[in-house]
Amino acid sequence: MVSSLYGVDQETRSIWVYLEGSAEHLAGVSLELIAKGREMCDRLSWKLVGLSLGHQVAGLIEEGFAHGLDQIWFGDDPLLEHFTIEAYTYAAHQAIMAGTPSVFLLGATPNGRDLAGRLAVRLRTGLNADCTNLEVKPDTKRLVCEVSGFGGGVLAMIEMANHRPQMATVRPGVFSPGEPDFSRVGEVIPLTLDFSRDLIQTRLIKRSIGEEIDLTQAPVLVAGGRGVDGDFEMLTELASLLGGEVGATRPPVDEGHIGRERQIGQTGVVCSPKIAICCGISGAFHFVVGVEKADTVIAINSDPEAPIFEFADYCIVGDVHQILPSLIESLSAEREVSIV
Amino acid sequence: MSELHIVVCVKVVPKPEEIRVDPATHLLERSNVRTEINPPDMNALEMALELKEVHRGRISILSMGPASFEPHLRVALAMGADHIYLLSDQAFAGADTLATTYTLSQGIRKIGSVDLIFCGEESSDGATGQVPPGLAEWLDVGQLTLLTEVSVDRTRNIARGRREISGGYEILEMPLPGVVSVKTASNEPRFMDYDLKSWAFESERLTVWNADDLGADSKLIGLAGSPTVVTELAEAPFRERRREFLVGSQGDVTQELLNIIQRQL
Repeated sequence: MVSSLYGVDQETRSIWVYLEGSAEHLAGVSLELIAKGREMCDRLSWKLVGLSLGHQVAGLIEEGFAHGLDQIWFGDDPLLEHFTIEAYTYAAHQAIMAGTPSVFLLGATPNGRDLAGRLAVRLRTGLNADCTNLEVKPDTKRLVCEVSGFGGGVLAMIEMANHRPQMATVRPGVFSPGEPDFSRVGEVIPLTLDFSRDLIQTRLIKRSIGEEIDLTQAPVLVAGGRGVDGDFEMLTELASLLGGEVGATRPPVDEGHIGRERQIGQTGVVCSPKIAICCGISGAFHFVVGVEKADTVIAINSDPEAPIFEFADYCIVGDVHQILPSLIESLSAEREVSIV
Repeated sequence: MSELHIVVCVKVVPKPEEIRVDPATHLLERSNVRTEINPPDMNALEMALELKEVHRGRISILSMGPASFEPHLRVALAMGADHIYLLSDQAFAGADTLATTYTLSQGIRKIGSVDLIFCGEESSDGATGQVPPGLAEWLDVGQLTLLTEVSVDRTRNIARGRREISGGYEILEMPLPGVVSVKTASNEPRFMDYDLKSWAFESERLTVWNADDLGADSKLIGLAGSPTVVTELAEAPFRERRREFLVGSQGDVTQELLNIIQRQL
């Protein structure tokens, strides 16, 4: 049997979280992983540790402690200024071998997934991708990862007995972030990294980031499927009246009616709004997992047999092109009254 | 300049909508389920075929699985690929991503003189997306993931790609050889060329290799090479919803909807 570079006997009972973010703030998914990690560590009396790699990102440290980290391993180097798979895998590997954690969690972001996939092979350990829940069993002290497959229709529980660290990635929005407590303090462990520029083979030529939207935090989600016939203006108007965001199923995204960053579901974003309004959406599993955490689901579809009605609290059989304009009109009228 | 040799990794997957879990055994019921080439892999194949049109060269299809995958893989020949390598051995069964990426990397080493390895973004059944970076690590080469466009500069011997990230994109370069994962739905895969169909299905251009052929380390393949174990399997429970139908005139429905929204916010 294949052995990981260190095993159960050498593990330091702790959960590590890979920290991502801008120079000023931790990414939402990092805060969510810290919150979940804190919950597990409190139950086990384990240490919760953050791994921060970058250049001049010391501003994240205070925020990490405030959200519940006990310790931050901090790799600061000019060669880490931009994410490159070579430098980041090298640095994370060094840190993991020095800290020998039981569990290492990463956000299932583009860079998090790249790093996790590469690091798991380097460490010869297992990796559970896109977990929908995590739990360390109190008796065996093993991480149980819940993952969904086949478009969300099947749930599997996955464990590893002998390999460490137990690695897992989690999509943004699956867990909820906690409240920061800026009186909390922690310990910073600087990482000594000894690597040369020759290591880095990948070259970043250009990066263009538009307005980053965070659908996971929107209080209202107005989502459109095939049935809206590409008319997302109507959905945008409704969303803005309700202080929410617009999302979509895969077909309108594939057809170019709306950006891929707004795709909801298994291969998109998992949202947890107060209200999700699903317009002209048939209700395939891989979409429905994206609104499963909504407090209330409203579905509008002209087909009374549409599966989406199985997953909705309030169901309206009708044409979205008539119902939405009528709703928009009523909302605008009310707003005018309240302004007056 | 020399021609390009691209390996496209292809997985054959069950159609997701047909999968059920047997409530008694907790195992996946695969017997009556139809299979297909993993749709994201078709985007990878299309991108590879487009590169072949520009640079000339050849495309090798690499897959791991039983002989029953053959007809699916031959479709790739009819689309313009040149040869199929199927890694098939009982000893490969039960592989998680660590064992899968090791086995595929052994296949790539044996195929030899490869410039680029193309993968789909993720599979529709497992959806881990971990094969491309894992493969790159076993092969000790670079990786560019989630690409919507790719080009190759033979004089500098690099690949350049446009990578989709949240809210934007990056342009990246890596030296060849390297691994590329192609963003799902970033292109429209071509149909097979029906003139090639009978050739593709008779063709001798299919090689099957077992674990011995690959010189694979028995500790690194199949169940033995897989750290993770599935301990439980279930059909996903979905939260019970009210499923209350709002009926009446459009005015009534709108008003009720408005009330519900205001109550919840």
